[in-house]
Amino acid sequence: MVGIVIVSHSPKIAEGIRDLALEMAQGYEGLYCAAGLEDGTIGTDAVRIMEAIQDADAGDGVVVLADLGSGIMSAEMAIDMLDGSVKVQIADAPIVEGAILAAVEASAGGTFEHVLEETEKTRGLSKL
Amino acid sequence: MSTKVYDCISRIGDTIEENKDFLTDLDREIGDADHGVNMARGFHAVVEKIPKDDGNIGAVLKKTGMTLLSTVGGASGPLYGTAYMEAGKVMAGKTEMTAEDFSAILKAAIAGIQKRGKAVRGEKTMLDALIPASEIFDEKIAGGSDIVTALNAACEEAEKGIEYTKTIRATKGRASYLGDRSIGHQDPGATSATLTLETIRDFLKEE
Repeated sequence: MVGIVIVSHSPKIAEGIRDLALEMAQGYEGLYCAAGLEDGTIGTDAVRIMEAIQDADAGDGVVVLADLGSGIMSAEMAIDMLDGSVKVQIADAPIVEGAILAAVEASAGGTFEHVLEETEKTRGLSKL
Repeated sequence: MSTKVYDCISRIGDTIEENKDFLTDLDREIGDADHGVNMARGFHAVVEKIPKDDGNIGAVLKKTGMTLLSTVGGASGPLYGTAYMEAGKVMAGKTEMTAEDFSAILKAAIAGIQKRGKAVRGEKTMLDALIPASEIFDEKIAGGSDIVTALNAACEEAEKGIEYTKTIRATKGRASYLGDRSIGHQDPGATSATLTLETIRDFLKEE
């Protein structure tokens, strides 16, 4: 099953997104958060993100959703450090809508490519 | 007895701590007001985690980079983390650093920062201090200067780089949200990069 990692500066944001996404994908166990620093401070930590990607990987790849700025940069660094050992990509998608779509598709057993593609479809969604 | 590389990194940590409020204030003007606090937190962790007595400069620099990655929190974490890790690759297994090594360190750190930040010169970032510093350093060393003289010139160019960042608009990072309102303010990253170079210069001068 494809894994998902939510990267945010704020642990509260990431946990909230996880709760919201799992409402739509009950029983899905591949969703991990990497948010804030070890002591709970606002920030992103490339090493924690790397570990979350490893935890989320069940062999079918991992889709990462990140919030902004250094969240993206730290996630890219984490992926570089994994050095190709996990099939992983950052989805170019809004983090809330993207995470929900990703969880729905991943829990339904979609392939890595399918989950990523569906997740990125949320990018152009108009809200009104 | 601690190694030179430990002492030098520890001095960089002292400089960051002394300038913590200054760097955070600069970042308050055009960013999210955390650069000094973040860097100081990172270097506190670094000084605790790196070994005092390991003469392998590359290993100590790598550990410094890895620690900054996990503890800085903002964009400076991956950026400085990458810079120190790239420096560590240059110095892998070495116990002495030559002027040529330092030249290679600067170039590798700059290349790493450029790749990580997808930035070029002229975007109001630390590159605006580091690139001219690296260029003049190489010129001086090629002309026969010793490392401290070359670093003096590098620090002067880095200071000019800070002044230059006041004149331009930020197109990378949080400051880019401000557009033209970022003009007139110096870049916090260029400032911390220059403080780092100045600390290394002062450290080597005393050696």
